[in-house]
Formats: sequence, structure tokens, C-alpha cells
Amino acid sequence: MSTSTTSAPPPGTQDPPPKTRHGPVRPSPRRGWRRALRRDWQLYSLAVLPLLFFLVFRYLPMIGNVIAFRRFEPGGSILGEQWVGLRYVRMFLTDPTFWQVFRNTLWLGGLTLVFCFPIPIVLALLLNEVRRTALKRFVQSVSYLPHFLSIVIVAGITMQMLATDGPVNRMLDRFGHDPIRFIQEPEWFRTIYVGSEIWQTAGWGTILYLAALTTIDEDLYEAARIDGANRWRQIWHVTLPGIRPTMITLLILNIGTFMAVGFEKVLLLYNPLTYPTADVVSTYLYRAGVESNSFSYAAAIGLFEAVIGLVLITGANQLSRRTVGTSLW
Amino acid sequence: MSLSTARSGRPRTSVDQPTRGYRVFQGVNGVILTLVVAVTLYPFLNIIARSFSGERQIRAGEVTLLPKGFNLTTYKIVFQDSMFWRNYGNTVFYTVVSTVVAMVLTTCYAYVLSKRNLKGRGVLVGAAVFTMFFTGGLIPNYVLVTSLGLKNSVWAIALPNAISVFNLLVMKAFFESLPTELEEAAEIDGLSTYGILLRIVLPLSKAVIATMVLFYSVSFWNSWFSAYLYMDRTELMPVTVYLRNLISGATTGGNAGAGAEQLSQVGANIQAVTIVLTALPILCVYPFVQRYFVSGVMLGAVKG
Repeated sequence: MSTSTTSAPPPGTQDPPPKTRHGPVRPSPRRGWRRALRRDWQLYSLAVLPLLFFLVFRYLPMIGNVIAFRRFEPGGSILGEQWVGLRYVRMFLTDPTFWQVFRNTLWLGGLTLVFCFPIPIVLALLLNEVRRTALKRFVQSVSYLPHFLSIVIVAGITMQMLATDGPVNRMLDRFGHDPIRFIQEPEWFRTIYVGSEIWQTAGWGTILYLAALTTIDEDLYEAARIDGANRWRQIWHVTLPGIRPTMITLLILNIGTFMAVGFEKVLLLYNPLTYPTADVVSTYLYRAGVESNSFSYAAAIGLFEAVIGLVLITGANQLSRRTVGTSLW
Repeated sequence: MSLSTARSGRPRTSVDQPTRGYRVFQGVNGVILTLVVAVTLYPFLNIIARSFSGERQIRAGEVTLLPKGFNLTTYKIVFQDSMFWRNYGNTVFYTVVSTVVAMVLTTCYAYVLSKRNLKGRGVLVGAAVFTMFFTGGLIPNYVLVTSLGLKNSVWAIALPNAISVFNLLVMKAFFESLPTELEEAAEIDGLSTYGILLRIVLPLSKAVIATMVLFYSVSFWNSWFSAYLYMDRTELMPVTVYLRNLISGATTGGNAGAGAEQLSQVGANIQAVTIVLTALPILCVYPFVQRYFVSGVMLGAVKG
């Protein structure tokens, strides 16, 4: 009796489980489909609208990337008017602004990876050593909180904190330092971006590690203690290897989003004064495409960005499968 | 050595006498975590304090954790701004509509995907999961939504984000964990697939449905970019875009009732008040819903 049978079958003719039905002699694939459709058409009908969603709003835009190679006229076909080959690709490769925003993207992506990846691990390890459950819960609840706020609110809070009369400058003042106009100065942008990113994501990032920590076998600690390992050695030889699969998975995912560094946050935090360090590929293509109507040009940049992202994530996945034997797929 | 510590971590045994070094570490750890809590909470408390403070005290940098020169003037100014209310109402409306659409589509697809014996299930799962790793990008999406004529309507926000694959996988995992016997019994009793879904599965899934509604509504409440892209008129904007325009200096806020001089003077306060009011619904439900999010994320991580 299969769970996916939908229309009530006539008594006595109920299908045996599919495994035995497919037995040694497998029906031709087409007959299998006809049969499945007749049996499960109600289930398939439930999938129609969601599939339509994926086709229209996920796969059509992927195909829509062909406008990177075709001239696109606003109001015309969403697939563009005529082939122009690599014209737009050549255009951005020779565009000095593109290379600047590309460098900025690598900087911000790299800094985010270096700081935002390990901090949750450290925080989870520290939390794990807290013996008092109430205290642990409290710290966790507080540290998750920023994750639930809109990026607009985070940007607003960041700007309020760093305003010339804000708390940070007030503290600098107490140490006899002149106020810094953080938001207007390009050399501060990377620090502000990474700092606010840590503030918003660090606590939330600990969830998966804390979950992984609870699955580590107690006997391993017991054995390590009997072998004379102190706390530090226990962490090094038992805890860290125990959460390694989680670490690798999150590292691969982080690498995959490397190019798409916080588009919305940069858009909210930057201004023409900070463009030299703040402007990233995605914000540049946003301005080129949506604000200046160069859709094909912007689509070419976007495609480039997406391809790098895909290469990075598959590369990281391959690498980790070969070296440590854990991978996403 | 006491058994009472067993729940909070590793059980202590006689081998595990805490050394002096470890006790020092415990102290340092406590200090570090206290700092983490302080750094996380301070900006909130400061913004809240600012929203209730006098302009002069803010300028002088006197406001830290508690309001100085307590007054509600700024709240009054924001409350008198009809655009603020309009945008706040838009946020509620967009959130409700988008969440309903998202829930219907996600539930249907997750239910289909949870049927292990369904032919073509692998393809259906793959079609969804692939979109997690490769997406069309901003420009093709913009062109698509624009040419579908969705601009300036709630559908520009609701439809392109109707299914979050992550939520889909969480829900699928939940449906897979339900006992199949119930559905089989219902089937023998002559219920159709739709009937089973509506009358057997959904009533059993209240927990996951509540979690998903939370996930979606929080993300739609917090979203701003789709509205910013696809809405042309200020009266269609959600409150997040109102706030965005305020912090970027595009508008001063509080357009009603006050003179220009007074407006520029209270600019910082208005930002603080708007931040507090925009975050308010989230802050109110947060203590009650936080654990659902946590368990949902763990379920998604394990099964996804």
C-alpha cells in the first residue's frame, strides 16, 4: 500500500509496494509515467502552481541572462532584440570602474569570510563551556536578536551609533580623540561593514554549531579524560573534530556567497563619498542597470558575478570532498 | 561532581576535577560573554533611550542607556505624519498578502515533495534546490517583473518571493516525519488527496505551519528592496523604505505640523523613533517565537 496513492483504489486491487511491483520486469518508462499520472494526478496538480512559480520567477530570469549577449530595449522583448556577441562583456572588462568595484568586492568578501566565519565557532565553544543553563540561554537569546531585524534597521542603528554626536564618537572624545565622520570616510567603510555584519550575524551563526556540539558522544570526552587530556586538549581532540562537518558545510556556503556580498547593506550604507571602497559589483550593476537603463551591460556583469559564485561553490565543494571527505553534494 | 550539572553540558566525573586554570578560564569566559551581551544590546537600548530623549541632551551626547530629558515630542511628530501611517499600513498589508501566497505555494509543493513514492519526485526536488545555487540575477528579474506589469502592486513583492527553498525543505522534512498510517487510513475511508491534505495533514502540522508563517512574515516585514525597486510612489512604500529614505536623508520625515527649523533639529530623534516603531512588532513577538526559529533552522540544516 503506497502512501502516494491518491484516488481510493477499488477494494482488493490495491497496489503492492512499488518495489515489488517494479520487480524483475520493469515496465517501460512511458507506461510508468502514464500510470503514475493516472494514480497521482491530484498530487501533481498541487505542484502546478509552485512549478509555475519556479519556471517564471527563477528559471526564466536565468534564461533572461541572454540579454547580456543581445541588445535589449526597455519595453521590448525580455529576451532582447538582436545578438551582439560579447560586446557587453568586452565593455565591462575594459571599464576601469568595473575593476575597482571588483577589487572592492574581493576585499569585502574576503574580510567577511575571515571574520564572520570563525567568530560563531569561537562563540559557540565559549557558550558550550557555560555551566549555568539560565545564563547560557540568556546570552543566546540576546545574541540572536539582531538577526531578526530588517537590514534597514541595522543600517539605521549603525549610522546612529557612528554619527558625529553618537556613542562611538562620544567615547573617542573621552579619550581625547577628535570626532570621526565615519559614514563619509572611505577608509572606514570596510570596518563599518564587517563590524555591523558581525553584530548582526555572529549570534545566529552559533545555532548550528551548538546543535553539532550536542551530538558529540560523551564517551569520547570520558575516554580523553582517562587518557589524561585536560580541557584544552579535549576541545582540540574531541570538540573541534566533532563539529568539523558543520564547519566545512558553512564554509562552503560562505564561499558560495562570496561575490554577492551584502548587496542590500552596501546599498544602504554607502554614499558617493565612500564609493572608492564601498562600491561592489552588485551595487555597480544596480546603478548601471536600474538607474541608468543599461540593462544588457548590467546583465553581463551580473552573469559574470553569478558564474564566479557558482565556480567558487563547486570548487570549494570538490576541494573539501577530496581533502576532508565532507561535501554539500 | 554533582549530577545537577549533567543537563547543562558534559556530566562531571571524579576524573574531571576542574583545575585552577580551568576555573580562571570560566571567569574570563563569563567576562567575554558579558561583553558580547553588552555590545549586542547597547545599540538597541541607546536607540530606545534616544527616541524618548530631548534633542539638546542627544546633541550633548548625554544619552546612554536611559532617556535624558524625557519627552514624547518626537513620537507625536512621527504620529502626526500621515505618510508614516500610510507606509506602516502598507507594510502590514504587503506582509499579510505575501505570507498567505507564500504559505499556500510552499505547503502544496512541500506536501508533494514529501511523497517518497511519487514518480519524478527527484526532479521536482532538484528543480527547487538548484535555484539555491544559481539565480537569474537582479537585472533579468527586474526586467521580468517590469514586463509582467507587476510594478506598483503588492504582487511585485509577493510573487517573486513566493517560495523560499529553505522553508520548503523544512516543511518537507516535517511532512515526511508524519505517520503514514493516518493518511492511508483516510485514503481507505475514501478521502481524496486534497481532503487528506486539508483534513488530516494540515491539522497535524500546526507547529510547522506556525513556524513557517513566522519565518515568512518576519522576512516580508523586514524586506525593503523589492518595494524600493518596484514601487514608484511614496504612498505605496512600506515603512522600511520610509525609514531608508529617512536615514539616507532623502526625506526629513514628520512632514505634518512642524516648521522646517524644528524638523532639522529633531532629525536624529525622528530616525530613532522610526527605528523603534519599525522594529516594535518584531521585538514584541521575539521572546515568544525565538525558539521556533531556532528549531526550524536546525531541522532545515539537518534535513536540508
